[in-house]
Amino acid sequence: MDTPSEVAVPRPGGGTLLPRPYRVRRRWDETQDTFTMELEPIGDAVEPGADAFRPGQFNMLYAFGVGEVPISISGDPADAGRLVHTIRAVGPATEALRRAKAGDAVGVRGPFGSWWPVEEAEGRDLVFIAGGIGLPPLRPALYQVLAQRERFGRVALLYGARRPEEMVFVPELRRWRSELHLDVLVTVDRATESWKGDVGFVTQLIRRAPVDGTGALAMICGPELMMRFAAQELTKIGFSDDRIHVSLERNMKCGVGLCGHCQFGPSFVCLDGPVYRFGEVRAALTVEEL
Amino acid sequence: MMRDMTALLRASPVFAGLEEGELAFISGCGWNVHFREGDTIFKFGEPADRFFVLRGGTVGIEIRAPGRPARRLETLGEGEVLGWSWLFPPYTWQFDARALTDVRATAFDGTCLRDKCDADPRLGYELMKRFAGIVTARLQSARMQLLDLYGHPL
Repeated sequence: MDTPSEVAVPRPGGGTLLPRPYRVRRRWDETQDTFTMELEPIGDAVEPGADAFRPGQFNMLYAFGVGEVPISISGDPADAGRLVHTIRAVGPATEALRRAKAGDAVGVRGPFGSWWPVEEAEGRDLVFIAGGIGLPPLRPALYQVLAQRERFGRVALLYGARRPEEMVFVPELRRWRSELHLDVLVTVDRATESWKGDVGFVTQLIRRAPVDGTGALAMICGPELMMRFAAQELTKIGFSDDRIHVSLERNMKCGVGLCGHCQFGPSFVCLDGPVYRFGEVRAALTVEEL
Repeated sequence: MMRDMTALLRASPVFAGLEEGELAFISGCGWNVHFREGDTIFKFGEPADRFFVLRGGTVGIEIRAPGRPARRLETLGEGEVLGWSWLFPPYTWQFDARALTDVRATAFDGTCLRDKCDADPRLGYELMKRFAGIVTARLQSARMQLLDLYGHPL
């Protein structure tokens, strides 16, 4: 049983309830509704090292006067001092962030939550499976793997998007494929004749992935149904539940496991997640009320 | 040549595990084919008297309507099976298939295989199970595409 003090303490790197002030350094569109935002601390209001994060963790971004939203960090964990988030504008707070210009202030709390177990994949094959806006939370793990590529076996990225024009990080995908010994397989749900790539749901790429399912690790991020079916397909080629990792999304508010908004069965997604072993959440994912 | 074909079948998920005699028979119904990028492999409404195991390249499954560009529903690649209309009446293709790159494949005579399946129910049941698995996987994928998960996350 945890002691009361242990229960209340956030994970390493976890922030407080007080946002730190950052400034928008750059902001650019990835697609029609998705953009990437680079932030830098304002003055010396942010202590050195506060930006350090592990791949898969998220920050609470505060559009002042509008609202706060949980956003996964999409930048390079080795690139200190450059906080990068890729955001889909779907509500008032994310729309306000999309309207932000270079120099505007944004509040940041975090980083929060669990992370992709990149070190656990060393010496093994590794497959990343991303659907839609699920690629940004995986990108920091990809950066970490590619920075020490020789430590891993075959590495594949399977990426599914709605349409070709809704794919994010397209130039990087090309570079990863051509220069960095990464098998990048991309598919879209809908396409016209001009699209030369694959069409079909992302799970169809799994059997083409050049990884050994009996020993490899998988990291999946995307819509929950997509993750469930992807895990099911991985199981068919030899993956066990403890080698499949998924990133869940719930209504995160406080970020430190106090408010209870993101409760998911016996856990809080902001604290125990967002990254879970599939075996930990498999049963709960089929409970409608959760 | 026959031995090469049998080895190819043994390595293909759809035929793996069949008995040697069955593989040899199926090999006798197959021949290698090539398509150039842009070639039509089959068209909606034509008799579906064969299917293909793709050995290389990419094939698009498409549907056309007058006055509209072709809509690509799915792509298939190396190791995958193209075509199952040979198994079910009315034995006509339900979609178009087009080579999106140069394609190497093995074609199989569906009529020949159907006759064999009728005469040998064990083989027929085995093949039906395997093709049902392929159809199920593609149906599930099509349902996921219909849900438009990336546009409206569920």
